[in-house]
Amino acid sequence: MEPIKQRSKINLNLKQYGMMIALIVIFLIFSTLSSGKNASPMNINNLIMQNSYVVILAVGMLLCVITGNVDLSVGSVVAFTGALCAILVLEYKIPIPAAFAIVLVVGLLIGMWQGFFIAKLGVPPFIVTLANMLVFRGLTMVILKGQTKGPLPKDYVFVGAGYLPVIRGWGGLDLLSVFIGLFGSVAIIFMEYLSVKNKKKYNFATPPLWQIGAKLAIIVIVLNFFVLRLAQYNGAPVVLTIMLALILIYGFITDRMVVGRQIYAVGGNKKAAGLSGINTNNVMFWVYANMGLLCALAGIVLSARNASATPKAGDGFELDAIASCYIGGASAYGGTGTIMGAVVGALIMGVLNNGMSLIGWTVDVQRVVKGLVLLGAVTIDLLSKKKRK
Amino acid sequence: MPDIILEMKRITKSFSGVNALTDVSLQVKRGEIHALCGENGAGKSTLMNVLSGIYPVGDYDGEIIYNGEVCAFRDIRDSERKGIVIIHQELALSPYMSIAENVFLGNEVTGLRGVINWDKTQARAIEILRKVGLEDENVGALVGELGIGKQQLVEIAKALAKKVDLLILDEPTASLNDEDSKKLLNIMLGLKEQGITCIIISHKLNEISFVADAITVIRDGRVIETLQKGIDDFSEDRIIKGMVGREMTNRYPERESNIGEVIFEVKNWNAFHPDDSKRHVVRGASFNVRAGEVVGFAGLMGAGRTELAMSLFGRAWGSHISGEVFMRGKPLNLRTVKDAIDSGIAYVSEDRKNYGLVLINDVKWNMTLASLSSERFSSYGTILSNEEILAAEEYRERINIKCSSVEQTTESLSGGNQQKIVLTKWMLSRPEVLILDEPTRGIDVGAKYEIYGIINDLASAGKAVIVISSEMQELLGICDRIYVINGGEIAGELENDRLTQEDIMKKIMEHSARRNV
Repeated sequence: MEPIKQRSKINLNLKQYGMMIALIVIFLIFSTLSSGKNASPMNINNLIMQNSYVVILAVGMLLCVITGNVDLSVGSVVAFTGALCAILVLEYKIPIPAAFAIVLVVGLLIGMWQGFFIAKLGVPPFIVTLANMLVFRGLTMVILKGQTKGPLPKDYVFVGAGYLPVIRGWGGLDLLSVFIGLFGSVAIIFMEYLSVKNKKKYNFATPPLWQIGAKLAIIVIVLNFFVLRLAQYNGAPVVLTIMLALILIYGFITDRMVVGRQIYAVGGNKKAAGLSGINTNNVMFWVYANMGLLCALAGIVLSARNASATPKAGDGFELDAIASCYIGGASAYGGTGTIMGAVVGALIMGVLNNGMSLIGWTVDVQRVVKGLVLLGAVTIDLLSKKKRK
Repeated sequence: MPDIILEMKRITKSFSGVNALTDVSLQVKRGEIHALCGENGAGKSTLMNVLSGIYPVGDYDGEIIYNGEVCAFRDIRDSERKGIVIIHQELALSPYMSIAENVFLGNEVTGLRGVINWDKTQARAIEILRKVGLEDENVGALVGELGIGKQQLVEIAKALAKKVDLLILDEPTASLNDEDSKKLLNIMLGLKEQGITCIIISHKLNEISFVADAITVIRDGRVIETLQKGIDDFSEDRIIKGMVGREMTNRYPERESNIGEVIFEVKNWNAFHPDDSKRHVVRGASFNVRAGEVVGFAGLMGAGRTELAMSLFGRAWGSHISGEVFMRGKPLNLRTVKDAIDSGIAYVSEDRKNYGLVLINDVKWNMTLASLSSERFSSYGTILSNEEILAAEEYRERINIKCSSVEQTTESLSGGNQQKIVLTKWMLSRPEVLILDEPTRGIDVGAKYEIYGIINDLASAGKAVIVISSEMQELLGICDRIYVINGGEIAGELENDRLTQEDIMKKIMEHSARRNV
C-alpha cells in the first residue's frame, strides 16, 4: 500500500481538454489546406449558423447517452415540429411568439409520449425512438402534404438567420459582439478565480497557477478570435445566444445539480441508483421529455434559417447528434459524458464538414472521413481507458 | 483396493496471497456419491473449479489424477472431454431455447459439415430426458417456461448428453422446494446405478446424509475429515461438528452493549417472487430491533433473508407485499426506496459491485449518492461540491479508507475499501436502522475486523443494526440477538448468550423438519 499524503497541488486532467485541443488542431489544418478561407469572417459566421441545431440537439442527446441510450427520432421530430410551426404561422395566422410557444409544448408532449413508453412501460428506448422516427417522418409528410411550406415571414426567420442589433464602431467592427466577447472573457476568469479561492478556503488541492493560466489563456483567445470574426461580419447571430444559453443551463444542470447527478447515476448503475433512493423511471421519463422539447426548439430554428419547412428537413440529424456525444467523450455504455464535450464534438463535426466543403471534397468523401473520425475518436477513448487500468 | 476414479493431491490455491485452499486432498471412488460439506467460503466451490479447469493448470499447486492419469486441464472444455461435467448453482440454460436445444447446447447433434440434425436431436433428447424423469415434457417446450426444479433436471440431462463419468453438482437443491429436491436426489441415486460418479456440494445436511456414500468436510480451505457410510456416524450433528468446530479467537472487537427501547418493528411481513406471484418467499416474518442493538439474521443461502430486507426497503424487491412496519411505534408506509431512506432506513446490499456502487464514478461521488437531496449536500437543487469533498475526506480518515484521493474511481479499489465506501454512503444518509446484507463477503480478515468496528460504533451511537450473514461464526461474534430464518419464515429467536453454531443449525433443521411434516 503506498503512503497517502495530503497533496496541495494536483495537475489538470489534460484528457478533459483533449477534444478541445483536437478541435483547434483540425481547424488549423483546414486553415492551411484552404489557405485561410475557413477563418474568414463569413465562414466563421456560417460555421455557427450551420451547426446551431446540431449543437442544440447534441445537448439533449447527451442526456440520453448518459443514461446509456440514444434517441433515433430526433431528425423526424425536428421536421415535424418545424412543419407544424410553419403551418400554424402561415395557414392559421397565429402570432409568431404564440406559435413558437405552442410548438415547444408539442415538442415536450412528443418527448413525454416517448418517455411514457420507455419509463412507464419499459419498452427499450432504441425501439421506441426507432418507431417514432418513422411515425413523425410520416406525420411530417402528411401535414405538409408532401410539399414545402414557405416562405416564412421576416420575424420568424429572424430566430434562425437574424443577428443581434449591430453597433458599428472602429474599423467597422460590431461593438456589441466585441463587448460580449470581453464580458465573457472576464466572466470566465472571474469564475475560475472564485472556484480556486473557494478550494483554498477549504484547504483543497488546486492545480499550479501556470496550468490554470494556460487553460484560461487558450479559452479566452479562442473565444475572442471567434467573436472578432463575427464582429467583422454581421455581428452576433441570434442562434449563437440560444446556443450559449443552452450550454450554460444544461452544463450547470449536469455538472452542479442533483437532478444531473441522478442522470449520471442511472446511466452508471441503474440498480445501485434505484437502491440509493433515485426514482430511475422518473429520470428516464424526463430525459426523453426534455429531448422532445429541444427537438422542437431545433425545429423552429431550422425552419427559420431555411425560411421554410420541408418534408425532408432534419434527415439524419439524430446521427450527427449521437456522433457529437461520442466524439465528445461520452461512453456508449452510459454514465459518462459532458455538455461541453458534446458541444465540442458537434463543432468538430461542423469544422470537418465545413473545411472539407471549402477545399472541394465531395459529400461522399466527407461521409467517409466523418465516419472514420467517429470510429477513431471512440476507439482512442476506449484504449486510453483500458491502459489506465 | 477399491477403484478410485479421482484423486486430488495436496491442492493449494490462493487469491492475491490469501489461501482459499491449503493442501487439500480428496479421493472419490468410482460409482459413489461423494458430498462436500462446509460453511460458505470454506473452499468447496474453489476446489470444484480447480477440478473442472475453470482455474487452469498452473493457477494452483498440487495434482489431479483422474482415471489413473495425471490431468492438466487448461479450461472447462478439457475436463469435459474427459467426462467431468460441473453444474453450477446458477443454471447455464438459455430460457428462449427449447429443452432439446438446451440439452445439446454446445454439443449439437450434427451431420456432415456441421448441419444440425433436428430429428436425431429430438430423438436423443427424449431418450436422455427419460433418464432424468422428464419423459412427460415436450422436448420442444421453452426452458424458460419450466419450473426451477425441472430446469435443474434439464441441466443434468445436458450433462448426460456429454457422456459424463463424473458429475459435479454445486448446490443443486438450493433453490428447489422439498418435493423437487427429493426428486432430484432420487435421480442422483438412479445415475449412480448407471455407474456415474457424483460429487455434490450442499448445505442441506439431511439430503446429504440421505444420498451420500462419503462425506468430506472442508473448513477454512482445509480438509477436516472424510466420513464413510457404514463406518462413520452420518448424523447431521456429526457433520455440523466437523463443519464449525473451530475455536473462537478474538476475530471480533469487544463491545459494551447498551441497549435501549425498540426502534424498528416489523409485523407479519409477506412478499412474493416478482416473476412468479405464486412463490411465497417471505412468510409472515415478525421481528424487532432496539436502539444500540446488533441483531443477526442467520440462515442458509436462499432462506429469504435478502428478500425480506429488500422488500422492507421501499419494496425494492418482490410483489404482493404485505405487513406492517413501525419506527419508534409509528406505522410507516414505505412505497419507494426514497420513502425508506427518508424514514431513516438504510440497506447495504450483499452485492456491492452491482447494487452498491457506481464503479465508474469516484469515491466522494458514491459516498453522497443517497443523501444528495439533504441540506448538507445541496441547496436549491445545486450540489455543494466542497461539502462533498469535506465529508468524503472526513470518512476516509475516520474509517481508514485506502485510496489515493477521494477522486479515485471506486472500481480500482479493493473489496474492503469498496465496502467501506458503501457503508459511508449509508452513514451519511443519517439512518436510525441499518440493514447490512453480508457486509464482509469477499473481503480479507483485516478489513473484516475494521468493518465489525464500524458496526460496533454504529450501535454505540444508538442505531439499530441488522446484520445478515451466512457466516454463523460472524453473527455469533458481533450480535446481541439472532433471528434464525429458514424457508422464508422466522424459525426462531436466540439471545446470543454462549450460543453456538450448533444451536443455530439445530433451529434450522428442526424448522425444516417441521415444515416437511
